[in-house]
Amino acid sequence: MAVTGLFLIFFLLFHMYGNLKMFLGQEVYDEYAHWLKVDAFVPIFPHGGFIWVFRAIVLAALALHIWSAITLWLRANKATESRYAVTTRLEQTYSSRMMRWGGVILAGFLLWHLYQFTLAPTNESPYAAVSEAFSQWYFVALYALWLIAVCMHVRHGFWSAFTTLGANTSAKAKLVLDGLAWIVAIAIYFGFILMPVAVLLGWIG
Amino acid sequence: MSENTINITLRVWRQPNGHTPGKLVSYPVKDVSTDMSFLEMLDLLNEELTVKGEEPVAFDHDCREGICGMCGVVINGTPHGRGSSPVPTTTCQLHMRMFHDGDVITVEPWRARPFPVIKDLVVNRSAFDKIIQAGGFISVNTGAAPEAHAAPVPKLKADRAFDAATCIGCGACVAACPNHSGMLFTAAKITHLAMLPQGQPERHLRIKKMIGVHDALDFGGCTNIGECAAVCPKAIPLDVISQLNRDLISSLFTRDGK
Amino acid sequence: MDWVIDMAKPEDFFTVGADIADTKANTELPIEQVWADRQFHAALVNPSNRRKLTVIIVGTGLAGGAAAASLGEAGYNVLNFCYQDSPRRAHSIAAQGGINAAKNYRNDNDSVHRLFYDTVKGGDYRARETNVHRLAEVSANIIDQCVAQGVPFAREYGGLLDNRSFGGVQVQRTFYARGQTGQQLLIGAYQALERQVDAGTVQMFTRHEMLELIVVDGKARGIVTRDMVTGEIEAFTGDAVVLATGGYGNVFFLSTNAMGCNNTAAWRAHRKGAYFGNPCYTQIHPTCIPVHGETQSKLTLMSESLRNDGRIWVPKNPEDATKDPRDIPEEDRDYYLERIYPAFGNLVPRDIASRQAKYRCDEGLGVGPAVTEIDLDGNEKQVRRGVYLDFAEAISRLGKDGVAARYGNLFDMYAQITGEDPYETPMRIYPAVHYTMGGLWVDYDLSSNIPGLYVTGEANFSDHGANRLGASALMQGLADGYFVLPNTINDYLSKGPYPALTPESPEVKEAVDSVKARIEQLLAIDGERTVDSIHKELGTIMWEYCGMERTEAGLITAIGKIRELREEFYKNVKVTGENEDFNQTLERAGRLADFLELGELMCIDALHRRESCGGHFRAESQTEDGEALRDDEHFLYVGAWEYHEGKPILHKEPLIYKAIELKQRSYK
Repeated sequence: MAVTGLFLIFFLLFHMYGNLKMFLGQEVYDEYAHWLKVDAFVPIFPHGGFIWVFRAIVLAALALHIWSAITLWLRANKATESRYAVTTRLEQTYSSRMMRWGGVILAGFLLWHLYQFTLAPTNESPYAAVSEAFSQWYFVALYALWLIAVCMHVRHGFWSAFTTLGANTSAKAKLVLDGLAWIVAIAIYFGFILMPVAVLLGWIG
Repeated sequence: MSENTINITLRVWRQPNGHTPGKLVSYPVKDVSTDMSFLEMLDLLNEELTVKGEEPVAFDHDCREGICGMCGVVINGTPHGRGSSPVPTTTCQLHMRMFHDGDVITVEPWRARPFPVIKDLVVNRSAFDKIIQAGGFISVNTGAAPEAHAAPVPKLKADRAFDAATCIGCGACVAACPNHSGMLFTAAKITHLAMLPQGQPERHLRIKKMIGVHDALDFGGCTNIGECAAVCPKAIPLDVISQLNRDLISSLFTRDGK
Repeated sequence: MDWVIDMAKPEDFFTVGADIADTKANTELPIEQVWADRQFHAALVNPSNRRKLTVIIVGTGLAGGAAAASLGEAGYNVLNFCYQDSPRRAHSIAAQGGINAAKNYRNDNDSVHRLFYDTVKGGDYRARETNVHRLAEVSANIIDQCVAQGVPFAREYGGLLDNRSFGGVQVQRTFYARGQTGQQLLIGAYQALERQVDAGTVQMFTRHEMLELIVVDGKARGIVTRDMVTGEIEAFTGDAVVLATGGYGNVFFLSTNAMGCNNTAAWRAHRKGAYFGNPCYTQIHPTCIPVHGETQSKLTLMSESLRNDGRIWVPKNPEDATKDPRDIPEEDRDYYLERIYPAFGNLVPRDIASRQAKYRCDEGLGVGPAVTEIDLDGNEKQVRRGVYLDFAEAISRLGKDGVAARYGNLFDMYAQITGEDPYETPMRIYPAVHYTMGGLWVDYDLSSNIPGLYVTGEANFSDHGANRLGASALMQGLADGYFVLPNTINDYLSKGPYPALTPESPEVKEAVDSVKARIEQLLAIDGERTVDSIHKELGTIMWEYCGMERTEAGLITAIGKIRELREEFYKNVKVTGENEDFNQTLERAGRLADFLELGELMCIDALHRRESCGGHFRAESQTEDGEALRDDEHFLYVGAWEYHEGKPILHKEPLIYKAIELKQRSYK
């Protein structure tokens, strides 16, 4: 759970870096996309080979992540005999409690996201396809909402992953990890939402 | 000490035994002195029920000074009524001055499959003993000990060992955990022994065995939610779980495990 | 019945039987050699034969848990029982202050002999010399053993163990783990025990209460238990039985014991022939939180280590009782322990500190809420039962953090229970029943007079005489469990295995049937009064007449009242539910039935011992300054009582002091 989660956060950060290239114009962005899909690491990989290896790794991480989550979920259900009539929560955050259902929502959006931009793009030029999509206000709004779910998931996930990996061994370490989790979550939010907003407002695209 | 009295309504979980379903039953309790402990208030209720010829409410308790770990009920949704207390507490050390006249207080047993209900508010926590049996000890026979000063322990490590060793095995962590994980309990013992030089030889083997039994007993997995540490009457910090994870990871790369 | 009691004399309540003596220790040898000699002469059991021998151990506290673990390690087949849901919950866990050991880590002239001497003196010369010396000898091994188990004792920055001083001694020999020493030691023993459970040498039976002893051909061969979940009455048999069932302080209803602590196992053994030694020796602990009201269920002890830095005082003027203590100027305070006992000050032994607090309150100088009391003449009066324990001086010397580091958890506990902040206002304390030095009589091997029945820890009478020093209970429990019993019980077991018993054996059947009959009797009464209401009444009688100060008239009155109350119990108690269920009322009723018999024996013992010694203070026997006055000429013996319905038989074990010279105790 922790290792795959951290890998997926790394992927998100990398993805965010790519998105931000939109600000450098159509040529740079399309060239970057083309490099990624066709020219990357040639001749170690054949043309168009790297992207499939990369996709396979990300999908495998995702699959493992989901498998771990389901295992934990089943174990929790098995450990639950009956439910309390009254439950008062003292410490747990909304994001920690929403990891499972939040994960399901994220997965649903992800399928749609992949369909829209990867499986059935509306334009030959990725730059144009992205611009087209984000020039509709409702689409940006939906995307912004989705990102909130992503960042909540990342906020708990980031600190939780490091805790699982044994980094949270003092009160100070907890403070640092909590802080880092918030920074990463907020950075991801703004890093991802900046470009669609810019497109919507007509600054780029 | 104050000499106030309050009237309250209790909603108590009544369940005749493990294989009969239970339900919440309401009882008004009058003239409760606010200096009474929560369990003394239950005593009062039981005295009234007995005089009326009704079966008193079964609840576990023993030392009534917060150290034996025998008592423990969920009060208004938090184990040991931690939600009603400004400081970490066991049920026996929760006092009625934390409640107000007219309050409705819901009292339930620990709910987790590894802790089956025996009767009313009493559950079977022998699963914890099984986790300790798996390796929560240092293998030293009586008489085989070296001189006590043979191995100095740095004070900070000794203090951390102590903080973890204060666990009273009450089970509140499992009761509060949405996953019903026994990880805080297990990790407290792992950390206690891992901090001490005496605990090193079996460090990796111990963790593998204890985790194995923990999982086999149908406790849930830990997702670092933190509710366990929040209700722990001894304030055992969540970081012991991270210590456990760290040791578990390193145990995967050592050969002394089975 | 009243007029009979009024006319009665002490001699009417008992008869005197033959003297008894310990036959296991060779007292001809110098005392330093007695234990080694006994270890050498005790017969051994070949390791390969040990698993054929079954030892039944009742109780999982320090004495029972340590013994079960050690005998399991040795290879015996051990059956271990406790009434709690886990062996880790035995009441040893509540001991706060520490454990003594003659390590002399402080270079302050401590030694085995000094620990021995302090313990005998602290016990007011009413303990058996040889047993106490052995206790001091093995004390250092206990610390080694516990450290090796991972017990996190307090340490200094150099990584070595810290020590502190404790009441009744002038050296620093007490090892501690914050204010939770008992917990940490018990967890150590518990872990060792669970290791043996895993190894298959110990079988653990939790939520099982021993209700009868099985005696066959004069030997203890087993026990009858009730499964507290299902109500099943079952017999377990073996080659020897060890009772490690703790003390009987709950006869007072209000005590610092856990709610479940009871004397039923020991009492059942007593009724089957085991002698009860010195039942009147009870310790009243000076530093407990005062009673808050009538619904109080137990009293909470504050470790007497608090007396290291806290100063005990009362106002000099009764009218200051309700004032904010911080507003009472120094010159209007009476630091009475420092005044009366300048050498020991606030660290005088427990019995003295307790009695002095009682006197101050009797004089009308007590503080806290006034409670209604009825005196011997039947008059109601209002008394404040509390004295101040003040840390203002310690806080100014050590700082608030320094005090918190030493006593933080005790201060928190006090604040939680009373709702007052002890860092700001002085604590209020009052004595409470804490420990019972009396218990089943044992010889040097810890064997009772019934062959095969061993008694360890607080359940026996052996090491503390008439008063126990602080931090010595943990020492004794672990000494008995780890080092003494495992080296003496082999002498008896070497003659085994004893002939196997079945559920059909007549003695087994008789024991099981008698337990069932007793339970049926209790359930059939169906009266009007709750178990607790009768228990509280018994407690009031015991506290009033057999508490800190005892008189002939008072004790005779108490015996009469207890007999009446016992009649009331069997006529009018209400036990709800049935046996075949988890039934806590039934559990309590059975325990109270035995307390109602024990209480009478305690009063008879107190009545016959017309001297003051340690925790037993007879008003008729005191010095001019009101100190306990021993009568060595007439009472230098252990009073071992044989059960005889209506009139117990007293057997005297004369105490012989060779290594220590008898002195009148002085802490001035």
